[in-house]
Amino acid sequence: MARKPARAPNDDIGEDVRLRMYRMLVEIREAEQRAFDLFLQNLVKGTSHLSLGQEAVAVGFACAMQPGDLSFCTYRGHAHTLARGVPVEKVLGELMQRDNGLMRGKGGSMHLTSEEHGVMGSYAIIGAHLPIACGAAWRAQYKGHSDVSVCFFGDGTTNIGAFHEALNFAAVWKLPVVFVCENNLYMEYTPIGEVTAVEHPAAGRASAYGLEAIVIDGQDADEVYRAAMKAYEKARAGGGPSLIECMTYRYSGHSRADPAKYRPEGELDKWLKRDPVKIYRERLKQFGIEEKVIEKIGADVMRVLDDATEKCKAAPMPPLELLTTDVYADGGWAWRN
Amino acid sequence: MAELTYRDAVARGIAQEMARDPDVVFLGEDVAKAGGVFKATVGLLEQFGPLRVRDTPISEQAILGAAMGAAMTGLKPIAEIMFSDFFAVCFDYIANEFPKSRYMSNGQTKCPLVVRTGNGAGSRFGAQHSQSVENWCMMIPGLKVVAPSNPRDVIGLLAAAVRDPDPVIFLEHKSLYATKGEVPDGEIVDTLGTASIVRPGKDATILALALMVPRALAAAEKLKAEHHIDCEVIDVRSLVPLDTQTILGSLARTHRLFTVEENPRLCGWGAEIVSIAADEGFYDLDGPPVRITTPHIPLPAADILEDIALPTVDRIADRVKRSLGA
Repeated sequence: MARKPARAPNDDIGEDVRLRMYRMLVEIREAEQRAFDLFLQNLVKGTSHLSLGQEAVAVGFACAMQPGDLSFCTYRGHAHTLARGVPVEKVLGELMQRDNGLMRGKGGSMHLTSEEHGVMGSYAIIGAHLPIACGAAWRAQYKGHSDVSVCFFGDGTTNIGAFHEALNFAAVWKLPVVFVCENNLYMEYTPIGEVTAVEHPAAGRASAYGLEAIVIDGQDADEVYRAAMKAYEKARAGGGPSLIECMTYRYSGHSRADPAKYRPEGELDKWLKRDPVKIYRERLKQFGIEEKVIEKIGADVMRVLDDATEKCKAAPMPPLELLTTDVYADGGWAWRN
Repeated sequence: MAELTYRDAVARGIAQEMARDPDVVFLGEDVAKAGGVFKATVGLLEQFGPLRVRDTPISEQAILGAAMGAAMTGLKPIAEIMFSDFFAVCFDYIANEFPKSRYMSNGQTKCPLVVRTGNGAGSRFGAQHSQSVENWCMMIPGLKVVAPSNPRDVIGLLAAAVRDPDPVIFLEHKSLYATKGEVPDGEIVDTLGTASIVRPGKDATILALALMVPRALAAAEKLKAEHHIDCEVIDVRSLVPLDTQTILGSLARTHRLFTVEENPRLCGWGAEIVSIAADEGFYDLDGPPVRITTPHIPLPAADILEDIALPTVDRIADRVKRSLGA
C-alpha cells in the first residue's frame, strides 16, 4: 500500500526517531498512570512523584542522547529512567519495593538508578545533583571522553544555592553538561512565580552565568529533541554548558499526597489541550505514518506494561539480608572490628 | 628518614598518590596557585599541572558535588574544604549523597573520594573556624573518618584514604600543621581502621585523636614522673572503621579507660567507645570510664578562654590521677 513519505523534505528528525519517541511517550504515560493505579491498590508504598503531562521533556532529551551519555534525575525521575530504556518491570518493581525492582527495593521511587543505562541516580534533595553532574562532566573533560552529562530538575530547584553554585562552576570550567529545567509552574504546592524574582526561573538566571537564555515548549517532543541535540553538540565540541528551560505542566499533584487543589479553574484543561502524547500522535499522522502503526505501538506498550505489572505483583519482597548490604564497598556494613 | 612538618606531609601524601595514579585529581578553594590557605598544598600545581590541581570558586556544594560526580564515573578525587566548620554548608553531600548512594542503588554507585579539611581549635579563630567536627562525620553510616596526629600518619592514612573505595573524611588538625616528625623515605601506605599504641603502659588506657594525642602523651609522662602512674596512650587515628580490638585489648590489660576528645561533649566520639567498653569490656573495668572533653559550648576566640576549653595536659593528668585515686 502506498503512503506518504514519512520523512518530510528537510526534516532533521526522521521516522525512526519519531516512532521511538512516540513509543516512549506512550510508555511513560501509561507507566505513570499504572503507578498511580497501583497506589490506589496500596501496592505502591511510600511516596511517588509522577511526570504525567511532562513526558515530552524526558523523551526528547533521552532520545537525542548517545549511548554513554549520562542522566541525572530528580525524585520525579520515573520518566527519565524509562526514557533511557530501563525496562518498565524494573521501575514498577522498585515502586512496589519488590525484589525484582531496579534496586531491589533499597532505593524506592525517588532514587531510581541504572548505571548500565546511563541513569546515574535520581536525587531527592533539591539541587544536589547539579554539582554531581558537573563532576561527571569534569571527568569527561579530564579524560577526553565524548559523553555529555544531562541534569534534569524542576523550577523550584532554581531557588536553591546548589543550582547557582553548579551553574557558575560549570560555566567557569566549561564543562560538557546540560542543565534541563522542567518548569511545570509549581515548586511543590506554591506557584513558582510567587517565589521567584524573574519570570523564567532558569532562563532568567542564565545571563548571570554567561549562558544563553533558552525557553522551549516542553510539550512538543520534536522541539525538545532539537534543543537537546544543539546543546549536546555544543557540549561535545567543548563549548561548555547549556541551561534549557522547558515549559511544561504536571497533570497530577506534586506527590501522591497532593490533590493539587491550589490550581486555578481551567488551568489543567488548558494544558490538556496541549497534551504531549496527543501532539505527537498528530505529528506522526502529519508525517504520513499510518493509524495502524500508531495503534500497534500503543498496544505493544500496554502488553509489556500489563505483563510487567503482573510480574511485579507476583514478585517476592526483598530478602531481609539486603538490610545491611552495600553500605560500604566491601558489600557489607561493618564499621568496626 | 627525614623530618617533615605535618603541613608538608599533606602535600607529600597527595603528590605520592597523584604520581602513582593519573585518576587522582585535586580541587578546592585556593589550593592550586596559592598552595592552600594553610600552605599544605604548595607545589602540587607546579608538579601536576592545572588539569589535575584545580582552584574552585567559594562553592562548597559544587566542590563536593563535583568530587562525587567525578568519583562515580571513574576518577579518584581529593576535595579540600578549607575549614571543617564549612561542612555545615555542604553537609548534604557528606550526610546524604556520598554515604547513601551505594546503598540506595543496591551497590551500583561507587564513591571513592577523599574530603580533606582543616579541623580543630587553637588558632583563636572563634566559634565558626575552630570546631572539631569528627563526631558530625562519625555518626553517618557509609562514611569513613580518619584524623592523623603526626606527619607519617598524614601520608600513610591519606594514601590509604585515596586508595579506599569508599568516601573518606580526612581531618587534618590546624594546630598540628607546624609540628614536625620523622618520616621514612619512599612510599608510605597505612591501613584505615587501625589504632596505634603510641605509649605502652599498664595502669590506664588513654584514647586520643589528632591534637589530643601529643597532649595525652605529655600527660602520661607527667603522670609517670609525678605519680608513678603508667598510662597506655592509644592514637585512635580512625573513627570509622573503628579498631575496637586494640582498644578493648588495652582495656583488658590496664582495666581503666579514659578518652581525650576535642569535640564538644554531647555525642562525642568517646561516648560511642565508652558504650562499647560498657557492653564488651565491662568485667575488665576497675572503675568508671572517664571522658575528658571540650565542654558543650561554642568555642571562644580569646586565647585564655580557648586554652581552657580544650582538654589540656594538666586537665588530662589531673583527671586521670583523681580517677585512679592517686
